Amino acid sequence: MTDPLPQPALPESIAARFAGLDVSAFRGQTRVVVPAAEAHGLLAALRAEGFDLLVDVTCVDYLEYRGATRRYGLVYLLASTGGGQRLTVRVFLDDPQPAIPTVVDVWPGAEWLEREVWDMFGIRFEGHPDLRRLLMPEAFTAHPLRKDYPLQGRGERHNFPVLTRDEG
Amino acid sequence: MSIAPSDHDTRRPADAREEDYLWTLNFGPQHPATHTTLRLVLKLEGERVVDAMPEMGYLHSGFEKIGEHLSYNQYVTVTDRMNYISPMANNVAWHHAVERLMGIELTPRCKVIRTIVAELARISDHLLCNGAVGLDTGAFTFFLYAFYQREVIYDIFETLCGARFTNSYTRVGGVSQDFTPLVVEKIRTFLRTFPKTLDDMERLLTRNRIFVDRTKGVGVLSREEAIAHGATGPVARASGVTRDLRKDEPYLAYADYDFQVCCASAGDCYARYLVRMQEMRESLRILNAAIENLPAGEVNVGIDERVARPSKWQVYSTIEGTISHFELSMANRGFEAPHEESYAAIEAPNGELGFYVVGDGTENAYRARCRPPSVLHFALFPRLIRGHTLSDVVAVLGSLNIIAAELDR
Repeated sequence: MTDPLPQPALPESIAARFAGLDVSAFRGQTRVVVPAAEAHGLLAALRAEGFDLLVDVTCVDYLEYRGATRRYGLVYLLASTGGGQRLTVRVFLDDPQPAIPTVVDVWPGAEWLEREVWDMFGIRFEGHPDLRRLLMPEAFTAHPLRKDYPLQGRGERHNFPVLTRDEG
Repeated sequence: MSIAPSDHDTRRPADAREEDYLWTLNFGPQHPATHTTLRLVLKLEGERVVDAMPEMGYLHSGFEKIGEHLSYNQYVTVTDRMNYISPMANNVAWHHAVERLMGIELTPRCKVIRTIVAELARISDHLLCNGAVGLDTGAFTFFLYAFYQREVIYDIFETLCGARFTNSYTRVGGVSQDFTPLVVEKIRTFLRTFPKTLDDMERLLTRNRIFVDRTKGVGVLSREEAIAHGATGPVARASGVTRDLRKDEPYLAYADYDFQVCCASAGDCYARYLVRMQEMRESLRILNAAIENLPAGEVNVGIDERVARPSKWQVYSTIEGTISHFELSMANRGFEAPHEESYAAIEAPNGELGFYVVGDGTENAYRARCRPPSVLHFALFPRLIRGHTLSDVVAVLGSLNIIAAELDR
């Protein structure tokens, strides 16, 4: 595939400030792995460096992934509206109670994206202004995109009270 | 006898607050003007919207979970159902991301064919979006003009792949059907007739006093807000963000065509309408250039790649074709994605539509995250509607083009 543009490595000022980051590339995409404690600082610095668009916040549950040692991989996809560059920032988290500081103060648009990650994976975003479920009902207890949640068979129908037509 | 002035205010309890006298209006999830199932809880002071609380999830069907249990080719049927206004664009986006993960280079013909269907999808999406804005603000004729042309595009897609609505057209490394002369002829006819309708539509609405009054200055989104809130596509471009993935990171065959990125600076509903109208004209330029320069040759990648089914001729005449066809049909063979993860996005009609695909060495994705543009646009809604009247809700909602199926997945 020819289309991925050659991506620059991490900006020098970032590389100087955050030493020892694990930078890798795949199909022309630069990826940075950062410890959870430094994630907020790095993301805020990257925004100041020109990666002004937060494209997506998502998560991968590596429970059944071959060779994985950490359970959750948070993914922040950044882009710059001016230069068309992209950068992926990854943060690994573990059970129990995975949590990370929110980036809503850096990008207000992260609010719903983080709500969805909380809803689907149960990762708590500390300092989030309104961390409610986004897609599932409020009363739902599980986090359905976790790998230990089955595709079907738990919690969907039979846990909810059945209303007949007369009662409804 | 004089009527005493209303002493309504004096009868309020001393500890009453101003917000105790606001109306709460439940807008949706079943409301004709939301077009899909989404809910808005509006706080009204008279007819003025003080605040809005958008709520979603009514159409949540677990598409991302399903994506972990279907193969890369099967999942395309589910992407049809995400943004059902332009399913072709979703198909192209999904397999674009999968091919990025696998590192497959498409044939030139396939690239152009996918470009053509993606641009047709953009036109049909913009037609419906602008048509619905017109419909919600009282311009019913405009909507019918738009929908008639959508029907023509449906016909093209039906001739192309047999399905009008849920096309499931792309495959890993290719497409399900090659263009036939009839499809090319139908697209040419559409390209000949559509500009006239587009002119008619512009004449109907663009300078229509009622429509301009209803949309100009309503739902203003500044450039800074658009970037900070992750807006993409026509919504961001109407606010002056000059970002278009077709130009910024040219994928498929877009680098070969001459077209312009349509932007506006006002950031209101009217600007979003204008950007979409103009983008249809630019899409026509791309389509005209693409359909007249359709490369010859194979549409799917070759047998050596072992991802796309070989043609019947190859299956019956070559041993490689037979083996490849057999292996791709076997449940325990098929093809394997690398043990890696990547993100790829296209400029869908609604904005940046991308998929973050994690491969785990099997033929199913380990994770198939869809980055839907609608979610970030819907989150903007309270910001855009505050201070406007109740009747502006439908204008703002329509101009953001919120598709609940894409919102909830």
